[in-house]
Amino acid sequence: MLEVRDLDFNYNGAQILKHINLVANKGEFIGIIGPNGSGKTTLLKNVINILKPGSGAVLINDNNINGMRSRDVAKNVGMVSQGVSINFEFTVEDIVLMGRTPYIQGSENIEDIDIVQDAMKKTNTYHLRKRLITQLSGGELQRVIIARALAQAPKVLLLDEPTSHLDISNQIEILNLIKNAAVKGMVVIAVIHDLNLAAYYCDRIYLLHDGEIIATGNSHQVLTPSNIKRAFNIQAEVIDAKTTNSLYVMPVLGARV
Amino acid sequence: MSGRNKSVIIILSFFLVLTIVLTTTIGSTDISIDITAKILLSKFLLIEKTWTDGQEAIINDIRFPRVLLGALVGAALGTAGCAMQGLLKNPMADPYIIGISSGAAVGACLAFVLLLPVQIISFVFALIAIFIVYNISKTEGKVPVDTLLLAGIAVGSFLAAVTSLIIYTAGVPHQIIFWLMGGLWTADWEKVKISFVMIIFGIIMLNRQAWNLNVMLLGEDQATYLGINVEHVKRYVLLFAVLITAAAVSVSGIIGFVGLIIPHIMRILVGPDHRILLPSSALAGAIFMVMADAMGRTVMKPVELPVGIITALFGVPFFIYLLRKRRKNIYA
Repeated sequence: MLEVRDLDFNYNGAQILKHINLVANKGEFIGIIGPNGSGKTTLLKNVINILKPGSGAVLINDNNINGMRSRDVAKNVGMVSQGVSINFEFTVEDIVLMGRTPYIQGSENIEDIDIVQDAMKKTNTYHLRKRLITQLSGGELQRVIIARALAQAPKVLLLDEPTSHLDISNQIEILNLIKNAAVKGMVVIAVIHDLNLAAYYCDRIYLLHDGEIIATGNSHQVLTPSNIKRAFNIQAEVIDAKTTNSLYVMPVLGARV
Repeated sequence: MSGRNKSVIIILSFFLVLTIVLTTTIGSTDISIDITAKILLSKFLLIEKTWTDGQEAIINDIRFPRVLLGALVGAALGTAGCAMQGLLKNPMADPYIIGISSGAAVGACLAFVLLLPVQIISFVFALIAIFIVYNISKTEGKVPVDTLLLAGIAVGSFLAAVTSLIIYTAGVPHQIIFWLMGGLWTADWEKVKISFVMIIFGIIMLNRQAWNLNVMLLGEDQATYLGINVEHVKRYVLLFAVLITAAAVSVSGIIGFVGLIIPHIMRILVGPDHRILLPSSALAGAIFMVMADAMGRTVMKPVELPVGIITALFGVPFFIYLLRKRRKNIYA
């Protein structure tokens, strides 16, 4: 279980995150939405301990992440960052194996190899394993990065806009993979820009605005026209679609408030 | 290690041994290859003596230590260059880029002028230079690689000016010029022993970081997410890269291009994985250095050319050939 408790984060005197409280349980897929600059990425970086909170704490199964060795942080929290590009000619297999870094002492063992192969099979990248990472398409690359995160086997998996540069079919493929990881017992927290995909995939959503959580709950509770107006400053119609049993947010184009 | 990687190491090792034996036969006195091989092997095996004491002295006391020293220096420069290129993620990086050679040069000049032991003084000055560069770059407990690179180049330029100043004001002792060009003619067993310990130890320690260097190529943030203590790895790699480079420079002067070009050539041939790239750069560096020195001893016989001239004259065209052949960004 992940708990972010009363977390503040300041940078150069400005308060970027204010009193963030967030709880996520094993098996949950949590979405973080909010406009650019609202502090979403900063929040993820605090959770993975690359930024240190001014006050408050990040706890994983009641252990404070601050003060853990890098290796132990990586066993607890994994991160799929935004727009990863790898310019060195490693094979797909090597890149996925890098996910085992926090566990490897000396060189990889049979168990590491098994986990890596399993992660590649789950992400439909096994057939790419001998290919060079520099030769993959955007969707393939993102699947490999997710495979690496699965091989890392963290308790909490963070994803920063994992689908924003992909076409619709790749977006769905990636989100299904992530959803599946949650179902298998990870805590998954993803920053997602597409409100409709967030509504469909996420069990719960946190809406960030100016470093504060202004709404939380399921999609029906968070994605209301008034919340959307407050956070994004647009007028939107929210439709409950019967075919997908999910909400759709339709911006009323041209009606800027 | 994969089968392919193993065979690369075995082939390079074989070539290194072959190169060492062949180049030991080369010199102003003709000693045939079978006599050379027998003299070398007689250290380990009982072989009937079919050679003269003079031949044995030439091989044992003059040629063999020189060839071995060349191999050690080449291995050190190849490894250190490879580690620095990986750590700094910069294709221009070589073992000297953050000021080691400039520091060593100042030390060597002072030693020549003040008649102090060159090897020790240049080694100490190389370490002092890096200590200064490292501390200039350090902010809030971190050492950003770009700052390190710039600080290294700045301090290096400053120290180069100091070297020029010493040469200019102290007259021009011929030795300094020779030292700056780099060469192996002062080789003896004493130098081989001291540098052997430092260089082999340093190379082993650097190879232990091969995987971490791979992960750090993804970027420092990514490496941190994957559980690497990035600052720790930087300090570790710098420490041993500096140690072996300083050890090499202190016995051979500033031999250029080996530490820059050998890792690039090996990267073209075996790829970016440091688990194979580091050891193969060491072996290829050793082979290349021993061959270059043998060439320096023979092309203008009886005049000897400093090996630093040979490494550039012959190494660079080969490197350019590979660059062109590959026709794409080799250091992506």
